Amino acid sequence: MSFIDKCKTRGFAALIIATLLFLLYTQSFAGMLGFLIIFGIPYFAMNDLPAYASTQDKIGKYIFLAVCTCIFIFLILPILIIIPLSFNAEPYFSFTEGMMALDPSAYSTRWYQDIWRFGMTAPDGDEGWWTDMWNNATWIRAMRNSFFLAIVSTLLATGFGTLAALGLSRPEMPFRSAITSLLISPMIVPLVITATGMFFFYGGTMQGIIPGYEKGLANTYLGLTLAHATLGVPFVIITVTATLSGFDRSLIRASEGLGANGWTTFTKVIMPLITPGMISGALFAFITSLDEVVAVIFLADVDQRTIPRQMFSGLREQISPTILAVATILVVMSIILLTTVELLRRRSERLRGLSPG
Amino acid sequence: MKLNKLLTSTAIGVAVALGSVAANAKELTVVSWGGAYTKSQVEAYHKPFIAKTGAKINSEDYNGGIAEIKAQVEAGNVTWDIVDVELSDAIRACDEGLLETIDHASLPAGADGTPATDDFLAGTLYDCAVANIVWSTIYAYDSSKIADGPKTMADFFDLQKFPGKRGLRKGAKVNLEFALIADGVPASEVYDVLGTPEGVDRAFAKLDTIKSEVVWWEAGAQPPQMLADGEVTMTTAYNGRIFNAVAGEGKPFEIVWDGQIYDLDLWVIPKGAKNLDTAMEFLKFSTATEQLAAQASYISYGPARKSSAPLVGKYHNKDIDMGPQMPTNPANLANAAQSDFEFWADNADQLNERFNAWLAN
Amino acid sequence: MSKSEAPLLAADGMPLKEKLARTTRRMKMRAFLLTVPLVLFLLVSFVLPIGQMLYRSFHNPTGSNVVPNFAVAIKDWDADQGIPSDDIVKILVEDMAAARKNREVGKTIGNLATRVNYEIPGSRSLFTKTARRAGRITEGPYFDALVKIDKRWDSPHLWRTLQRVTNDYTIAFYLAATDRKFDESGSIVQADELYRIYLPILWKTIWISALITALCFIIAYPVSYLLSTLPLRTSNLLMILVLLPFWTSLLVRTSAWIAMLQKSGIINNILVYLGIIADESRIQMIYNITGTVISMVHILLPFMILPLYSVMKTIPPSYMRAARSMGASGTYAFTKVYFPQTIPGIAAGTLLVFILAIGYYITPALVGGSDGLLISNLIADHIKKTLNWSLGAALGTILLVVVLVFYWIYNKLVGVDNLKFG
Repeated sequence: MSFIDKCKTRGFAALIIATLLFLLYTQSFAGMLGFLIIFGIPYFAMNDLPAYASTQDKIGKYIFLAVCTCIFIFLILPILIIIPLSFNAEPYFSFTEGMMALDPSAYSTRWYQDIWRFGMTAPDGDEGWWTDMWNNATWIRAMRNSFFLAIVSTLLATGFGTLAALGLSRPEMPFRSAITSLLISPMIVPLVITATGMFFFYGGTMQGIIPGYEKGLANTYLGLTLAHATLGVPFVIITVTATLSGFDRSLIRASEGLGANGWTTFTKVIMPLITPGMISGALFAFITSLDEVVAVIFLADVDQRTIPRQMFSGLREQISPTILAVATILVVMSIILLTTVELLRRRSERLRGLSPG
Repeated sequence: MKLNKLLTSTAIGVAVALGSVAANAKELTVVSWGGAYTKSQVEAYHKPFIAKTGAKINSEDYNGGIAEIKAQVEAGNVTWDIVDVELSDAIRACDEGLLETIDHASLPAGADGTPATDDFLAGTLYDCAVANIVWSTIYAYDSSKIADGPKTMADFFDLQKFPGKRGLRKGAKVNLEFALIADGVPASEVYDVLGTPEGVDRAFAKLDTIKSEVVWWEAGAQPPQMLADGEVTMTTAYNGRIFNAVAGEGKPFEIVWDGQIYDLDLWVIPKGAKNLDTAMEFLKFSTATEQLAAQASYISYGPARKSSAPLVGKYHNKDIDMGPQMPTNPANLANAAQSDFEFWADNADQLNERFNAWLAN
Repeated sequence: MSKSEAPLLAADGMPLKEKLARTTRRMKMRAFLLTVPLVLFLLVSFVLPIGQMLYRSFHNPTGSNVVPNFAVAIKDWDADQGIPSDDIVKILVEDMAAARKNREVGKTIGNLATRVNYEIPGSRSLFTKTARRAGRITEGPYFDALVKIDKRWDSPHLWRTLQRVTNDYTIAFYLAATDRKFDESGSIVQADELYRIYLPILWKTIWISALITALCFIIAYPVSYLLSTLPLRTSNLLMILVLLPFWTSLLVRTSAWIAMLQKSGIINNILVYLGIIADESRIQMIYNITGTVISMVHILLPFMILPLYSVMKTIPPSYMRAARSMGASGTYAFTKVYFPQTIPGIAAGTLLVFILAIGYYITPALVGGSDGLLISNLIADHIKKTLNWSLGAALGTILLVVVLVFYWIYNKLVGVDNLKFG
């Protein structure tokens, strides 16, 4: 049935009447909207059930769809809700009366300005404003740290990880299960334990081992980079081996049979096929590092604070909507990353001749 | 180890590129409790010190404790130069060899010429620590919401007379003292009672009576905010934080001094501080008569020097006498006790364990 | 086919069998070598640090660092004698006098005092006080001199503890981590009920993780089913709703839940608005166990949906139709035909969620308040706040063992190579 057809049925009339009754009872348009979403979506999502379906089946299916709608709302609503909240003119985490009435004066971008103003020595000064912001604004410094760490640790994790995944996915790989378990374990071992171990080891034991780091790796970018690369490894391994699992090994033999040497085979045949997997793995490692806070709590001092670390202390000590403004930016970034990964996945499936998602 | 070198040089390169340009000027990292308190130190100590020496001061906030100092000293990578700590922490850190010792004779004499060792109040100078202020944990309420406000510590624990949420610092320290005082123990005897197992039981039993209504706070900036948001009806707090919310932001908060527990904040220098000389210079500068008195015009904490007391005047931009706002003001000391550092050094581990077990149940 | 004595030869004249074995070995070696850099990297950055933490949980050299000579002298002393001989006491007095002057980190009298204080609460000042005066004791009987300084020295329990504490290897921190201790006679007993915290919190952590896993399962199952039955185009679109939270920062989601659940938050607003609760009786849903569970279910849900979905996708819908057409009721067909086929996905999802939940730190620390704290928070507390590093390490080891057991089960049932995202 088309959308138009669905609007012509008795069921649709019932839906509208129920919604109006709900509106009459609660006197609330927002409530009505919620009602319409929870009961309307399943209505339109109902497919024609097979002929043997009983009324019971139909009701069951309807309830099932309504439940699923609620679950999707549960999944997505908290993330969407922070976007309007970050434009709050008041220093609270909740909707004000003015915001509900869509009064423009109840909205403001002051918390976004806070991102680069907070911590500056002279936020309203003219001279050297950019230098001041770049060097002193707390959130800007956190962003610089976050991106620096994420980029370097992603390169490390992806490099080592892809190499290892190439080995792991070979059919002749010895001790595959044991080694895979080891390489995945940074994701499994509780972060507090990993961070505690690193706290002792990097800070104490590593003293005097690496030239230039006589005092150990605690409170250094190098220490944090190692920690984040470690935590990113499992994601690279999982994604790249998944790509390689669908890899048709006869392509390699074909390439060799046609006279290509090992290097040519690698660059012309293997690389193009695993690149999408590698990039998604890298993005996973990137987001893991960007989101990581426990290791930063244990291993970094104030100079190396990252965005999540800054949010963590903000949420613990002085909640301000600046956190929500930063959160909104991060959500937008997640959407971009997610889109990239999805596109890559489909490309990879297309290349491997799987379903054309 | 080519890779290591590569990594090292990359990390250093980027760190340098990202970091601020390190000049040759003196640098100093001063660590304190944040919020209004740090602000008062910035006004009274940092700014004049920068003006005098041209040093660059990085101000950092923390929530007390010696964990960070210990981690830095043990790792041999000390980034903090001078830290504002509580007495029991200063003693423990000094005992464990985490701090530089301080020569008392090198401290500047009082404005009236009294040598420092006589000018500082009794019990404010230690091997590794020099006190700057006397502060206090009190409780406060919003007088615009409670007409006939609470007067005694017992009132804080009286949910019948004053229903509503209570804010308390998360931890055993001070809360156990408050509980006993509320239960009728005179402040002066509170540590004698707390030293016995029955006394501890009694304190926890008293805390039990309000447990369901307690909201726990950790950072000093939280309680005034909780009062302002109406999240609690009354809350324990550091007296200066409440005073500054009243004087600075015009909040209608009222302090109840009955049963207050006062304590010292002291400067300590972690062993192996990078800028040891500047830190010593800063310590001497900031604990001079004038600076201590100046800080008292920004926050209501009592200076640790006798010679500073007569210089304490009014709040820096309002006509409020600071004297009556100080924990050491005689009227505020009617039923008060000094936090017993030795008791807490001995018993903190055990009592916090019991406190945590009590919280979790 | 004729039986031949001579082995088959390869082109270069080598026996084929041997050549095959050699080639296989070389290929194995090549595959293995590819993983070597990463294995070495993880060894240094991950395995060694954790190993060292394990070591720290039973190795604590504080005692022998501070009073080295005494540690040797008391080693073979029979603790049932009560008080050691004056020779041994003399060595302690000398060691303490020396330690008093020592300002080296880890070797001061304060370190010893802290260490003994873990076992005999309240004894900290006994050591700092005695050490201050130990230099003035010049002649025996040394024991009497100590008792003169503080009568607490006249206690067999103290000496027994000192002997234990000066031994570098100790199980004391595992005892503490399981709410046990040495009593006066040196035998192991349970800690006083009011001081028991670690085992209850460990059980609570396990219980809460199980609850979170169960809730995730209940929520994820219908959604995964829906996703697996919809046409690919629609399900890919809906999948974004699952994957977006997965890709969104943990801190963002936790902040979002604070905004949703706090007293002036959206949920309470809606409830008040609909007249379900009164304005003054808004529900406390955050900074307690409820808030922890709700946020963690949201955070871990994708880890349940993804494995369930990938299994359900492979189940042909014709099985259910066949069951129905042969007269099975909807419920019967579901429980007997569909559900059993999804069990691999259920195993993968529940184990993964449980493993991740049990070690969670950030969310309970932010929204857990006082009753929502889990074992990870206690570990972090001991490392970062109370500085009882050995106890933190012992608790960490216990947690690690629990997690590894479930990881092992996961590996047996599901296999790590089947882990996938999206």
